[in-house]
Amino acid sequence: MQAAPPEDSCRDEELLACVIRGLIGDARHVAVGNASPIPAAAALLARAEGQGRPYVSLLQSRKHNFFTDGGRELFDCAGRGRVDVFFLSGAQIDGQGNINLVAIGDPARPQVRFPGSFGSAFLYYVVPKVILFRTEHSRRTLVAKVDFISAPGTSAPNVYRPGGPVALITNRCVFLFDKDKGRFRLASVHPGHSAAEIAEHTGFAYDAPETVGVTPKPSVQSLRLLRGAVAGELAEVYPQFTAQVFGRRHGSAS
Amino acid sequence: MPRIAPSIEDALAAVTDGCVLAVAREVSGVAMAATCALVRRETRNLHLIALPTSSMQADLLIGAGCVTALETSAVSLGEFGPAPRFAAAVIAGALRMRDATCPALHAAFQAGERGEPFAPLRGLIGSDILKYRIDWKVIDNPFAADDPIVLVPAIRPDVALFHAPMADRAGNVWIGRQRELATMAHAAEKTVVTVERIHPGDLLADPVLAAGTLPGFYIDAIALAERGAWPLPLPDHYPADQEHLAEYARLAATPDGFARYLERYVHASRAA
Repeated sequence: MQAAPPEDSCRDEELLACVIRGLIGDARHVAVGNASPIPAAAALLARAEGQGRPYVSLLQSRKHNFFTDGGRELFDCAGRGRVDVFFLSGAQIDGQGNINLVAIGDPARPQVRFPGSFGSAFLYYVVPKVILFRTEHSRRTLVAKVDFISAPGTSAPNVYRPGGPVALITNRCVFLFDKDKGRFRLASVHPGHSAAEIAEHTGFAYDAPETVGVTPKPSVQSLRLLRGAVAGELAEVYPQFTAQVFGRRHGSAS
Repeated sequence: MPRIAPSIEDALAAVTDGCVLAVAREVSGVAMAATCALVRRETRNLHLIALPTSSMQADLLIGAGCVTALETSAVSLGEFGPAPRFAAAVIAGALRMRDATCPALHAAFQAGERGEPFAPLRGLIGSDILKYRIDWKVIDNPFAADDPIVLVPAIRPDVALFHAPMADRAGNVWIGRQRELATMAHAAEKTVVTVERIHPGDLLADPVLAAGTLPGFYIDAIALAERGAWPLPLPDHYPADQEHLAEYARLAATPDGFARYLERYVHASRAA
């Protein structure tokens, strides 16, 4: 087990979790799907800071999950407007906010096949704040046009669409999504990264201000919560991630 | 009244070649022992429907050549990576694939359990999922102006198959909070269940247990299969066998490795 990092430095995962926590804002219910340890950490951090608000549903967890009506309950909840924030990713994400979770190439005879769209083709439409998340920021993943639209970033005006993307967080930067323009705007680059680097590694066109700010580092209080209470809760669902990032194991004393 | 079958093989008589078979997602209770029995029996031409996703079960059945059509929202081995036999079959064009999204499958089974022809669902419009699903339709909401909405046809599978913690002698099955197992059974023509153990009393007599019980009325065959979800988890009872799943993911990455897996863990257990 490694020693805890000092409070004036933070790991990339901690920075991203705190950025996402900021984007969550004030919410009543944040749901997190499978294989999303950093968004889960952000949601649990929001709950720790909000002293119990928001409700957090980690779909993979037994403990952090109140559903009793089967797999449909999350979707019924979301359709009824009772999920405020959700997270999605994509094997490919394009500049219009379209995500691809299905295939590269012709979907009928693809070159690469991914697991599938899960609930994205519904949740992306009905959850008001969908935060896109991709820790590989490259021209391979952030493309001009996805090969398969699992769920589109925007819809025609007559399509029922109370929800959609608000931001895209990567290992290099934060993009905010402009719903009216249907495209991303570079909001900040993470410490140690530059606007030129973002342009080099992004396959889609986006808007950018003349000078781009740096993503703010987490506060000492947030880092303490993250490394303490949040890491303890997260270990139930993501033991390997928690041990790797926070240097602690499920059940270890805080 | 459903009978407690003398063996898993007997209970699986309803799963015939070419039938539409509905299976549960990993956290609900996957009948893995029964799945291995289907592979040993060389079941063919299954039309597999996952409610709403699958993991090793679909991958195993596809790799063993039991499946010709698949409807699902995803097949993945989770933290063990992509489902290799599923991906290989799609890339080879060996599988008639119907990509869906989770709530569409929930809605279609709910329509099926009510005997209705279809269910409406928000979302989907503008996605390529909808584009490739020629069996799904878009209509105008008849109760509002200029409001397109998707309709998905009801799903009424020939057989639903899952694993549950217990059944009683009358064939009632306790499913706890895994409510989609009830939906699956209600929608299906026949339901086959494997269970960890036989409950000595009447599950419907105790109101606490009765709330989580699927009545035997909906069930056709039950077989005892201790650790019948292994190597997948049975929630609240036992966790996934991480080491075994890692080994599966490693072996199933190639056709030869998958054949070795079948030989070692699926065909060998017949003799055991």
